[in-house]
Amino acid sequence: MRALILPCSVIALWEVVGRSQVVQSDQMSRPSEIAVAGLAALSDGSMLSATGQTITTALVGLLIGSAIGISLGAWFGLSAVAGRLSQISVEVFRPVPSVALIPIAMLAFGFGYGMGISIVAFACMWPALIITQAAVREVPGELMEVARVLELGWASRLFNIVLPDAVPNLFTAMRLAAGISLIVAVTVEITANPMGLGYALVVAQQTLHPDTMFAYLIWIGLLGWLLNAGLLQAQSRLFGRWSIAA
Amino acid sequence: MKPDRLLQNAGGIGVLLALFGLWAVITKFGLVSPVFLPSVGDTFGALLEQAEDGSLGRAVMGTGGRMLLGFGFAALVGCSVGLLIGLSPRARAYIEPSLEFLRPLPASAVIPVAILLLGLTKTMIISVIVFGSLWPTLLATIQGIKSVEPRLFEMARTMELPHWTVIRSIILPSALPDIFAGLRLALTVSLILAVVTEMMSAEAGLGAMILLAARSFRSPELFAGVLTLGAIGFGINAVMEFAQRHLLRWRH
Repeated sequence: MRALILPCSVIALWEVVGRSQVVQSDQMSRPSEIAVAGLAALSDGSMLSATGQTITTALVGLLIGSAIGISLGAWFGLSAVAGRLSQISVEVFRPVPSVALIPIAMLAFGFGYGMGISIVAFACMWPALIITQAAVREVPGELMEVARVLELGWASRLFNIVLPDAVPNLFTAMRLAAGISLIVAVTVEITANPMGLGYALVVAQQTLHPDTMFAYLIWIGLLGWLLNAGLLQAQSRLFGRWSIAA
Repeated sequence: MKPDRLLQNAGGIGVLLALFGLWAVITKFGLVSPVFLPSVGDTFGALLEQAEDGSLGRAVMGTGGRMLLGFGFAALVGCSVGLLIGLSPRARAYIEPSLEFLRPLPASAVIPVAILLLGLTKTMIISVIVFGSLWPTLLATIQGIKSVEPRLFEMARTMELPHWTVIRSIILPSALPDIFAGLRLALTVSLILAVVTEMMSAEAGLGAMILLAARSFRSPELFAGVLTLGAIGFGINAVMEFAQRHLLRWRH
């Protein structure tokens, strides 16, 4: 209840100031106008199709990136030699800001899904890699000894011993990566790629439709919040019994 | 440094060099068109050329300067406002849910809004960077204060310590690890936003430089710029890691 007081009073104040004609500007619009513009964009399907494009980019990139990250992380975590040898390369490439790759992806893939997906995959790969590596390394030594005694091959060792133990941490990795995937997908669209929610936001700004622009901004915020809240909920539902590393 | 540690590092550097070697081999045999992947020599040639004519220095100064200005402002505001909100449970109950709603919002999504309100100006760039890197510091500071052991507060009350002493010798030390993690994230965000806003506004800097190079298919310059950005990211990370280890020494 108290949580709603601040946002509601901000919206009310915004509406009142907007109506009072104190501030006359083409660049602002009132909450009521934003709501109307948002409903219009929702009902003519443009907002939904843009959402579909952004979510496709984010999801495919997330899947590719976390698949690569989890496999590399499992490898580096299981083999101490691989972990040590890869360390410097990981430390060198990980801090490269993902947005720096936008121009490269633009050259390599042109505009479209390929560009967005490749950058999202790059950005999602690192948290998946780091967390998986740490999680695999923390698998209790007794379990690994059991595997050695049973003379399990590396595949069954991975799928029967290591992964079940690391699953809660892997979910944390996926949750972080999912948040990153949406942010990066929107950023690529805003910066260069003419598709999806980010581009819709830029078009609304350039055509001087502040009401539509704010509607898209709020929609993007809502999506991010829903994604985050939904995954947190799922995590506590699924792994509540385990202790979860934040 | 112990000899086996030295050997590990040598191996790690060897792997890194092997990756660069792979790049050299790919371009040497023309497996990928040089339009997409320039040769190692061309890339470092472009890097040297830009360094010599001063354009690289100007771009790094432009990007780095705006990044640090925005980050510094955000760190100042984020930590002090976070301290105020964190110390008052009542303020927390009113404000925290709204902050949690804003946290997952992609900071880049406010760029169009900032452009509409402020135009393609330096003020726009700085305010976007401040906006983006404010949330991580603010939320981390609040989180850090929340996680202070409650018994320490009780102890402070029985000892009748003055407010300022409580903040300086109890709250700040125990909240520091969280605050530092937030600052680190904020610095990463501010570099990303500095690059993105340059790409959109063509303000002289590394972001604008690499986008322009890509649009005119000058891939050696593009890769030189990306390498420089990677080096900046690496440098920031190394400095923050060092500072973290130094400041939080007493914890280990």
